[in-house]
Amino acid sequence: MKNSSRREKIWWAVISVLVLLYALFPVASILATSFKSPSDLTNGSFLPSSGAATISNYEQILVGDAQELFLTSLRNSIGISLIATAIAVVLATLCAYAIARLDFPGKRLVLTTALAVSIFPVISIVTPLFNLWRNIGLYDTWLGLIIPYLSLTLPISIWTLAAFFRQIPWELEQAAQVDGATTWQAFRKAIVPLAAPGVFTTAIIAFFIAWNDFVYGISLTSTEAARPVPAALAFFTGASQFESPTGAISAAAIIVTIPIVLLVLLFQRQIVSGLTSGAVKG
Amino acid sequence: MSSSTINKPDAGDKLKKQKMQHSDRVKAERRMGWYLAGPAFVVMLMVTLYPILQAFFESLFAFRLTAPDEREFIWFANYITILSDSVWWQGLLVTVLITVITVAVELVLGFALALVMSKALKSLKGILRTAILVPYGIITVVSAYAWFYAFDINSGYVNAWFDWVPGIDSDLNWFAQTGTSLFVIMASEIWKTTPFISLLLLAGLAQVPDELTEAAKVDGATWWEQMRKVVIPNMKAAIMVAVLFRALDAFRIFDNVFIMTNGENNTEVLSLLAYRTSISRLEIGLGSAVSVLLFLCVILISFAAIKIFKVDLAGTRGEKK
Repeated sequence: MKNSSRREKIWWAVISVLVLLYALFPVASILATSFKSPSDLTNGSFLPSSGAATISNYEQILVGDAQELFLTSLRNSIGISLIATAIAVVLATLCAYAIARLDFPGKRLVLTTALAVSIFPVISIVTPLFNLWRNIGLYDTWLGLIIPYLSLTLPISIWTLAAFFRQIPWELEQAAQVDGATTWQAFRKAIVPLAAPGVFTTAIIAFFIAWNDFVYGISLTSTEAARPVPAALAFFTGASQFESPTGAISAAAIIVTIPIVLLVLLFQRQIVSGLTSGAVKG
Repeated sequence: MSSSTINKPDAGDKLKKQKMQHSDRVKAERRMGWYLAGPAFVVMLMVTLYPILQAFFESLFAFRLTAPDEREFIWFANYITILSDSVWWQGLLVTVLITVITVAVELVLGFALALVMSKALKSLKGILRTAILVPYGIITVVSAYAWFYAFDINSGYVNAWFDWVPGIDSDLNWFAQTGTSLFVIMASEIWKTTPFISLLLLAGLAQVPDELTEAAKVDGATWWEQMRKVVIPNMKAAIMVAVLFRALDAFRIFDNVFIMTNGENNTEVLSLLAYRTSISRLEIGLGSAVSVLLFLCVILISFAAIKIFKVDLAGTRGEKK
C-alpha cells in the first residue's frame, strides 16, 4: 500500500514536470533568446554562450534606438485595450443584468447575436473598415481600433457576465429591503459585493483578448500614432540594416508577457471559472 | 339586485384596471430589458453586421484604391475570379488542413491535460492549473516568434538538439518547405490554444457523475472502457462545444502564419489571402469578395456542426430553457 502510494507520487511528479515543461518551455526559450547578443544568436544552443549574456537588447528597446517604436506602441496597446475593455464591460454589465434578471422578448436573440459575433471572422470586418476609416479619418487613430475591438471583447463579456449574474441570489436584495435598507443601500451592500468579482474577472478576460489582437492592429494603423504592440513587433528592425531584430523582438516580447503572466498567477482561479462558467451547462 | 347591477361593472373595472396595471408592469420590464440590453446589442450589430453588408456591397465592384475613378459595378465577377483561381483553393486547402490537424491534436492533448488537472494530487492542482493558463495569456504573435526563433536556421537550436532524428540536420531550413513550415505553425497554434480547450473539457469532466465511473470500476471495466463507455459519452456536449469553437477559431488563423512565413512556400491561409488582397494590394473589390467568402465558410461550418452533431450552442453555453 505504502509502496504504491510512493509510486503514485513519483508518477505525479513526472507528469507535473512534463506539464510545466509544456507550458513554460516556449516562454523560457524566448527569454533565453532575449539575452543573446547579435553575434551570439547563431550559437545553435538554447542559452547564450557562457559569459556572452547581455542586456543590450533591453537597453535598445527601453532607452536606445527602438525606444520610440516600442514604448509608444506599449502606450497605445495599454490605452486602447483598457478603453475597449472598460466600454465592453459597462455595456455587457447592463446587458447581462437584463438577461439574468428581467423578462423581455428577444433575450435569446441578444445571446445568439453575441455568439455569432464571437465566431465572426475578424478579417472579414477589416476590409470594409479599412476603406471606411480612411474616408472618415478614423484610420490610424485610437478610436479606429477601440471600435472594432468591441467586436472581440463585447460578446465574451456578455456571456461570461450573464453566467455570473445567474448565480447571484437576487433575493438578498429584497431581504435587505425588508430589513429596512433603501433600494440603493440594498443594491450596494448586498449585490455589488457578489457581482464585483464577476465583473472584474470579465474585465481581465476581455483585456487579454484586446491585448492579443494582431489583425486589426496591423490593418488599421500605419504609424506610431495608434500601432499596438503585437503589430509593432512585426515592424522591428535591427540596429543596422545587416543585423536581425531577433534580440530586440525577444526582449520586447518578454516585457509585454511578464504583466500577463503575473495577472494569470494572481487571478488564476477567477479566470478559470470565468472562462468555463458560461461554457458548459450547469 | 339593483346594487349588484351597479356593482358588477365596478368589479369588472377593477379587474380591468388590475390587468392593465399588470400589463403595464410587464411592459415596463420589457422596456427596461431593452434599455439595458439594447446598447450592447446595437454596438455588436454595428461592428459586425454593418461591415459585412458593406463588404458584400463593395465586393460587387471592380475597385482599387490606387485607381478610384475606375470603380465599376460588375455583379459577381469578383467571385468568379476568386473561385476560378487556384490561389483560393490552395488557401482553403491549407486552412482546412491546419484546422483539422490542430483541432484533432488539441482535443487529445487537451483531454489529457484535463484528466491530469482533475485527478492530480491536491498540492499539485494549483501549480498545474497556473502553468496551463500561461500559454493562454501569451500574445499569439509572441508565441509565433518563440517557436519561429527556436526552429529558425540562424537563431534556432532545434536542429542541433534533434540532429539524431532522421531528416533533421544543421542544414534543415524549416521555413523553406511547405510541410515543415506548417509543422511549426501548427505547433505554435496548438501550444497557445490547448489550455482553452482543456479548461472547457475540465468543466465537462466535472459534470460526469462519480457514481457512474465507480460503478463501472466495480463491474471490472478497464480504464479505457471507463473512458470510452462512461466518461466521454457523458461529456459529449462539452466536447462538441470545445471542438466547434476551436475549429472556427483555427479556421481564422492569421498571426502565426503572418509572422513565420507570411504565406510563402504555399502556406498561405484564407485570412492572409484576404489581408494581402485588400490591405497590401488595395484591391478593395476583390478583397471584399474574399472576406465575404471566408464569412460564408464560417457560417457553413457552424450550420454543419449544429445540424450534424446537434450542438445546441445557446443551450450548452448557459441559456436555460
